[in-house]
Amino acid sequence: MSKVYIIGAGIHPFGRTPERTGLQQGAFAVREALRDAGLAWRNIPCAFGGSDSAGNADTMVNELGLTGLQFVNVANGCATGGSALFGAYSAIKSGEFDLAMAVGFDKHPRGAFNPLPRDWSLPDWYGEVGMMVTTQFFAMKIQRYMANFGISPMTLAKVAEKAFANGARTGHAWRREPVTAEAILASDMVNDPLTKFMFCSPAEGGVALILANEKQARALGAARIELKAVAVRSRPPGSFEVFSPAIDVERGGSPTVNASRAAFEMAGIGPDDIDVAQLQDTEAGAEIMHMAENGFCDDGDQERWIAEGRTRLDGVLPVNTDGGCLACGEPIGASGLRQVYENVRQLRGTAGRRQIDGTVQTAYSHVYGAPGVSGVTILAK
Amino acid sequence: MDAITPNLFAAGSLDGEDGPRLIGARNLRDGTLRFPCPPGMAADEWIAEDLPRTGTLWSFTVQRFRPKTPPYAGPEAFEPFAVGYVELAGTVIVESRIVGVPFGDLHIGMPMKLVTEQVLDASRTGRISFAFTGESTV
Repeated sequence: MSKVYIIGAGIHPFGRTPERTGLQQGAFAVREALRDAGLAWRNIPCAFGGSDSAGNADTMVNELGLTGLQFVNVANGCATGGSALFGAYSAIKSGEFDLAMAVGFDKHPRGAFNPLPRDWSLPDWYGEVGMMVTTQFFAMKIQRYMANFGISPMTLAKVAEKAFANGARTGHAWRREPVTAEAILASDMVNDPLTKFMFCSPAEGGVALILANEKQARALGAARIELKAVAVRSRPPGSFEVFSPAIDVERGGSPTVNASRAAFEMAGIGPDDIDVAQLQDTEAGAEIMHMAENGFCDDGDQERWIAEGRTRLDGVLPVNTDGGCLACGEPIGASGLRQVYENVRQLRGTAGRRQIDGTVQTAYSHVYGAPGVSGVTILAK
Repeated sequence: MDAITPNLFAAGSLDGEDGPRLIGARNLRDGTLRFPCPPGMAADEWIAEDLPRTGTLWSFTVQRFRPKTPPYAGPEAFEPFAVGYVELAGTVIVESRIVGVPFGDLHIGMPMKLVTEQVLDASRTGRISFAFTGESTV
């Protein structure tokens, strides 16, 4: 089994780009990643890519060139990017390819997503009565979590405040203006207890990563950032996930806990060894709960952690250093790969004004989405 | 008036004196209970099972913006509504609209009771769906 290195990373800025389709934003990211790696498109023999609602990834060869490469389209909901990365990672780890690319992009209309029940193995009535709404799930999950573990609304607001502060320092972020915790709390209530500024919005963007085995990475002088683990997990029994008409009385595990444990086991390290983390922040409460689900703290510790600023850029475990989904928006197909892109920048020490303090040896990413799927990666140098 | 979908309410419970009752599906092989009943359950190893009419609020939120249509079939003129999960003791935790409770009174653990409500679709013909309400308010 070969070691896997990330030797190139490219991004198309997130937000709104009316003049480019989602596919074009994906192709833009590919060109950026190729430039970063010092490679040409014809050098890439294998690619995994996808979007949720912006077209077939493999048709970007029309723009990039008909090289005849093996190109696998990935459609795995909110874990599309993470799954594309798993494909590329496996292709190299197995020895099948020396080089592989993962690309994800998307372009969503304004406003909340409007998924149709039948596309999610759910009955039509579930949507007709007004329950096929992702934001409701996040609100109900954090509502119960706050009651059980003593998390205050101010802690939610401080998480969002940090996201916008980091976004203001990030070139690829969409929301680039700091917002105070007070303004976040005072913004319109969307799904109680979550206000408008505590939620991310569907957006646009693209990310591409180029992976190589050890031999190729060394030949290119780029064997620096190793992809130590990629794990994608779906729902275990007793989990509580988005689009659940009912859940088990007997509470069980979560796809995030399972993906996290699997990734730490693959990497041979634990949460205490991580220097920087990108955690799914569909809304501010998700980041708080995911801190515990990924093993970085115990349930309820977040109230103190956030008050002490531990997850800020100058904290002991900076979280969502580029502003996360809250500041970057969520183009589904690209979102998980953006987290890895950001970790590459932090590990290289090229994150500019958002570069975290101290040495960065390890970096963690976690993407989560409907219908209850989590993808975790661990990078190390 | 018809139920919004078959296999949602226990047979006859919409007209019965004891009030409406939801049904779940029990898997004969592994004993798991599912709500709502899976489509085509008669062809598989599931049997219908009446669910308790009462429970406690497990979590909740208020839907403050109009969900997109489709799939939402509610009226254009939007009024915020509450949604929650109601734990039906020993069986399953059901997601439901919550009616008849002021938003500020909602709290985890409050007793809840099943009621019916009429859902208006584009053709304005009502169909019967379910909701939960505070047990003491009805």
